[in-house]
Amino acid sequence: MKFSDEFEARFTEMLTHYPTRRSALVPTLLYAQDEVGNLSDEVIAELAQRLDLTELEVRNVISYYSMLTTKPRGKYNVQVCTNIACMLRGGEELLGHCKKKLGIGHKGTTPDGLFSLEEVECIGACSWAPAAQVNYDFHENLTSAKMDQILDEYKKKGTQ
Amino acid sequence: MGIEVPSFCYYPGLSLQGACRMCVVKIEKMPKLQTACTTTVTEGMIVATDSDEVRQARKAMVELLLGNHPLDCPVCDAGGECELQDMTFSYGAAESKYMEAKNHKEEQQWSPVVYFDRPRCILCYRCVRVCGEGMDVWALGVQNRGVSSIIAPNESDHLDCEECGMCIDICPVGALTSGAYRYKTRPWEMNHVGTICTHCGDGCKTTLGVRRCDTGAEIVRGDNRDKSGINNDFLCVKGRYAFDFAHHKERLTEPLVRKNGKLTPATWEEAFELIGKRLREVRDQDGGSAIGVIGSNRTTNEENYLLSKFARSVLKTNNVDHHRTADYPALAAALHGKPGKTASMRDVLNAPAILLIGNDPTNQHPLLAWQIRTNVRLRRAKLYVINAAPIKLRRQAAGFALVPAGAETKAVAFLAGDDSMLDQFVSETVTREAWLALREKIRGEQNMVIAFGSELRGHDIEALVNFASSLTGAKLISLGDYANSRGASEMGLYPDLLPGYEPVASADKFQKEWDSLPAETGLSLPQMAEAAKAGKLKALYVVGSNPIGRLGIDPFVFSKSFVVVQDMFLTETANIADVVLPAANAYEKTGTYTNTCGDLQLVKKAGEVSNTKPDFEMIVRIADAMGSDVSGLVPFGSGTHSDMGQTRGAQSGEADRHAVWLEAHNLEPKMTPFDPMAILDEIQRVVSGYDVSRVNLLAGNDQHLEIAESGASSIQPPELIVPAHDDLFSSGTLGRYSKTLNSVFENKTAVPEVAAD
Amino acid sequence: MATLVSHPDEARVISKRFGQGATDIERYLQLDGYKAVQKALAMQPDDIINEVKNSGLRGRGGAGFSTGMKWSFVPKQSAKPKYVLCNGDESEPGTCKDRLIFEHDPHGVIEGAMIAALAVGSHTAYIYIRGEYRYLSVIMQKAIKDAYAKGFLGKNIFGSGYDLDVYWHGGAGAYEVGEESALMESLEGKRGIPRIRPPFPAVVGLWGGPTVINNAETLAAVPHIILGGADWYAKLGTPKNGGTRMFCLAGHLNKPGVYELPMGYNLKKMIYEVGGGIPNGRSLKAVVPGGSSTPILLPEEIDIPMDFDSVAKAGSMLGSGGVVVLDDTTCIVKFALRTIKFYQHESCGWCIPCREGTDWLKKTLTRFHAGAGVTKDIDNIYYLAENMLGKTFCPLGDAAAMPTMAFVKKFRKEFEDHLDGKPCPFEKTGTAVPVMA
Ligand SMILES: Cc1cc2nc3c(=O)[nH]c(=O)nc-3n(C[C@H](O)[C@H](O)[C@H](O)COP(=O)(O)O)c2cc1C
Ligand code: SF4
Ligand code: FES
Repeated sequence: MKFSDEFEARFTEMLTHYPTRRSALVPTLLYAQDEVGNLSDEVIAELAQRLDLTELEVRNVISYYSMLTTKPRGKYNVQVCTNIACMLRGGEELLGHCKKKLGIGHKGTTPDGLFSLEEVECIGACSWAPAAQVNYDFHENLTSAKMDQILDEYKKKGTQ
Repeated sequence: MGIEVPSFCYYPGLSLQGACRMCVVKIEKMPKLQTACTTTVTEGMIVATDSDEVRQARKAMVELLLGNHPLDCPVCDAGGECELQDMTFSYGAAESKYMEAKNHKEEQQWSPVVYFDRPRCILCYRCVRVCGEGMDVWALGVQNRGVSSIIAPNESDHLDCEECGMCIDICPVGALTSGAYRYKTRPWEMNHVGTICTHCGDGCKTTLGVRRCDTGAEIVRGDNRDKSGINNDFLCVKGRYAFDFAHHKERLTEPLVRKNGKLTPATWEEAFELIGKRLREVRDQDGGSAIGVIGSNRTTNEENYLLSKFARSVLKTNNVDHHRTADYPALAAALHGKPGKTASMRDVLNAPAILLIGNDPTNQHPLLAWQIRTNVRLRRAKLYVINAAPIKLRRQAAGFALVPAGAETKAVAFLAGDDSMLDQFVSETVTREAWLALREKIRGEQNMVIAFGSELRGHDIEALVNFASSLTGAKLISLGDYANSRGASEMGLYPDLLPGYEPVASADKFQKEWDSLPAETGLSLPQMAEAAKAGKLKALYVVGSNPIGRLGIDPFVFSKSFVVVQDMFLTETANIADVVLPAANAYEKTGTYTNTCGDLQLVKKAGEVSNTKPDFEMIVRIADAMGSDVSGLVPFGSGTHSDMGQTRGAQSGEADRHAVWLEAHNLEPKMTPFDPMAILDEIQRVVSGYDVSRVNLLAGNDQHLEIAESGASSIQPPELIVPAHDDLFSSGTLGRYSKTLNSVFENKTAVPEVAAD
Repeated sequence: MATLVSHPDEARVISKRFGQGATDIERYLQLDGYKAVQKALAMQPDDIINEVKNSGLRGRGGAGFSTGMKWSFVPKQSAKPKYVLCNGDESEPGTCKDRLIFEHDPHGVIEGAMIAALAVGSHTAYIYIRGEYRYLSVIMQKAIKDAYAKGFLGKNIFGSGYDLDVYWHGGAGAYEVGEESALMESLEGKRGIPRIRPPFPAVVGLWGGPTVINNAETLAAVPHIILGGADWYAKLGTPKNGGTRMFCLAGHLNKPGVYELPMGYNLKKMIYEVGGGIPNGRSLKAVVPGGSSTPILLPEEIDIPMDFDSVAKAGSMLGSGGVVVLDDTTCIVKFALRTIKFYQHESCGWCIPCREGTDWLKKTLTRFHAGAGVTKDIDNIYYLAENMLGKTFCPLGDAAAMPTMAFVKKFRKEFEDHLDGKPCPFEKTGTAVPVMA
């Protein structure tokens, strides 16, 4: 299985950070997912082999962490926080707005594969609530109008 | 102290979890309740194991569990044996506090024998641990988190594993159930009989659940719930499920006699009469040496002894043999004058070190492998493995040396100090230094158990024994296949050896005991085939063995011989017989087995298939049909007192040895010639090493026997030893007729093997 | 990038370099960077520990345990390597302070971890950053690289003969992994299931070696203590609660934001003066003082100093510093439901009371808030929480139980108002509050 040179470089370096190989597993899974889009059977088999683990063990770990997924997601994963601080400042309404705008529900993906939507727990932006993350980018102090603008920009970027 | 603290996740021998919170106790000076399982008791600690606070906490745990647990106890396989049910009774959480619907999920089939009912699972992780820590298979994991947590099999929707069923056994509720048993019956509707597994040479104790059926009594379940015996709660796939051959539809249930070239049903009387007549004819006309007798690795000690005695004293032949899978006589000979040098199965669990030469216990001796793993895990025993294949147990090994196939014997010589072969052993994986270091370590071990496979035979075993004698406290185990191969060997199923490895050539003792027996050494199994081919073997009597199927003997060589076969199925050998007698198997009779370590245990009748007979009874009936005096063969009845021993060859005027012995041992004479205990009396009396405690035996306990060392150096031709090469999913003829084993095996081959570790 | 705020009452220690480009190592050096660690290199380990002890620094991760004390538990001699582990998993709802520290002062955290390592005799430190904070991982990786390039890390740091490696490590989305023993499991590449204690991490931690685990804010305070002295630091706060604290003001406030205030700062003042009071002319209903797991306080309970002991006395906890303010439009049942939904989602599932308890709480509260509640549910909710409290494998169960019990106890009337199929008296809880500049 082929990963990017950057991935390989990071992976090789990471192995030197720990006394056991499997210690590199969690961050490696996330980086692999970022490259491939999801943790496919192929990725699991490859990483299991590289880290001297069984595929079962790798699956056990993947299914524990909420950012990791074995199923494909949209190019842009819109993650809206509805936890307490965001809820108080309209996080749920924002999520509702995104659902309507994108025409998909929690963990859904648009037919063009551009967006998926997720209701997430606190992302550490409570003082700037309501907040959302698109992939790894934070968007804060959101309103419906601001969200529209943001989604439109991603759409433009994604279809270019 | 006898105080019971409840728990779900705690399980002796497995790692601690602290997950179920049922074992909470109040410890003085600690603000919170503490889990007993994870608390180390210290001096002066004051612990309350039961108080209102503690009871309330436990009650709440049960309530929480029941909130999502289906209340389908009436149809659940674990009903009556469910730890959650028991807890609910103890802590009374009958009223449900929750109104929401329970999470439902369809039951899944993970393998032919393992079913998983997710909602019933209480996540105690026992299955995950027993599979990983106990079996070293690691086929079960936990996926997702929180309330979505679920036990998952290694192949996403099915299992690729050793199918031992330990997970099912250890499951406190009915989440993991057995494909062989599910929905068949309820625990309280069965009879439970404690007996010994019929498969490999390890001799696991098993409790068989038996239910009446049209044709007798059917075995519906095998487990070792009471954890008695040498195997604690362990059973492998064969022990747990492969009892189903007993009710295979091809099981023979009536005698067959060849008429016009075809095997045709006959009555027992007709069959015995014919056999008696023909065998007597051959004996009287051509002499006993024209008769061959082949015994079994799966019949009881009593049957084997009786067969040996019948052959020599009634048929007047020493042409006696069996399918040999280990060279026990060589070990007996090498241990002459060295008492206390064999290890029991229990020793393997406690030895500080184990040296394994050859064999693959994971496949061939599952219990031995379990004992080794458990010992390494819990007691930090050192395991050294010398093998021609990278067997799975290397993962537990402190030292593993891969040798070229067939070089195990050279490795022994190397251990003993002969460096001439060292260069051949050195490889990329095991360097010269590693070999030398391994030898140093092995030599430094005290009280080591040395288990060796059939790779070592004859003089190799002598060399190994000599090496072992140079160590402090080392003990040996010779690994043979089949449930009673050691018993077959010790009961004298050899052309040149009598019970207790007594050589035929110097058989004074048995000349006396058995009246008279032929003086010259008999023919081995291949020699019998040769003799038959040459037209010299006129009759062949085969008891519970399939030499044509298992040893590749040409069936046509026996075309001119009168062949009698006692078996459960129409095997390749039975197919060429003139008379076939339907035999009961070891689950259907009583007697004793000696496992490959020399641990003697009681086999008890559990199942029953009507119109079959134990081999014991059939041998006696044949002797009777031949016109021989049955009481000379089986010491039964009060006649043993009155005839002053005449019939058993006691010197005239001498008191009956047997009666004297019985009296001295507080035993009564047995009342029927079909009682195997009568022969056990004789075995105990005359076979060295077998004078065991009867009470202990009857209580279902194992007793380790010294290997009967006669002192005769009987070196057997090595080529006569043919290992069975059975693995976890095969078990000779029995395995072929076990539906469960076959379905498990087919399931395996259907799934592409994932690159293992 | 999160917006910075300021208030005259702030005492800027940890946030001293915020907004000054200190991610750049040269800039950091200009701002007194890496001076503390050099000073520490010249000190005896015990003296470092004593200094930290005397500073009154208490863990900023939530429990408020004395940091110097924790370090002193690490055995001096150990056959296995010792480790320092910086907990940057920041996931407690209402908390967003470690994020700012990593963003503006990554070297401060590295330096703090280095000093901790020197104090306990460790040669390896890990900085664990939650997976969602990818951009902070990037910042941290660069900072570490720069420090290595300068010879501050690696072999023979600052020519002292002491070898010290610092690595970053990333998570992948799991609140429970913030719990110290689950954090170690995660770092070892496993599911974030907490470990049985004892043994405590200080004795048996990462890969079996003694391990010091501290929150990122805790470690970021350490260099300032070493440079400024224990007395100076201690005096910034109240007795037994040394220094300052990053308070994350959130919810219904005019000026939410992360403010660094002295320990013991008055909560009421924090809300009305620092946070700018309640917007839209609404009035205060309640305050969550230290992240979602801390019991809620009523308006009459908030005239208290914000330090570990005073908040505990008021029946709640200082926790992780997340102050969430609720105005009178907020439905407490809804708020309770959202809080529990979080713990249900994040429970690792290992032990029965937490796994099943959070699920039943969520189910019951969902139905209850939807208008299908019955009277006995209210007691049941309390009963469930009460039976979880103190009985779970790790404190996550307590974190779910404690606020729940407070919601029912303090707002029983509001629960009752939801009964008999009545619609929720607050049709919605979220108010899009105009954000003040
Ligand atoms: C469920 C749970 C989650 C936690 N999450 C965090 C966290 O995200 N960050 C953190 O620093 N501490 C967290 N903690 C506290 C840690 O267990 C630990 O006490 C802390 O990291 C120690 O650092 P300190 O002494 O500097 O506070 C959590 C504890 C629990 C029980
Ligand atoms: S290990 Fe051998 S004796 Fe034990 S259950 Fe398996 S086959 Fe039977
Ligand atoms: S509550 Fe939404 S970011 Fe914290």
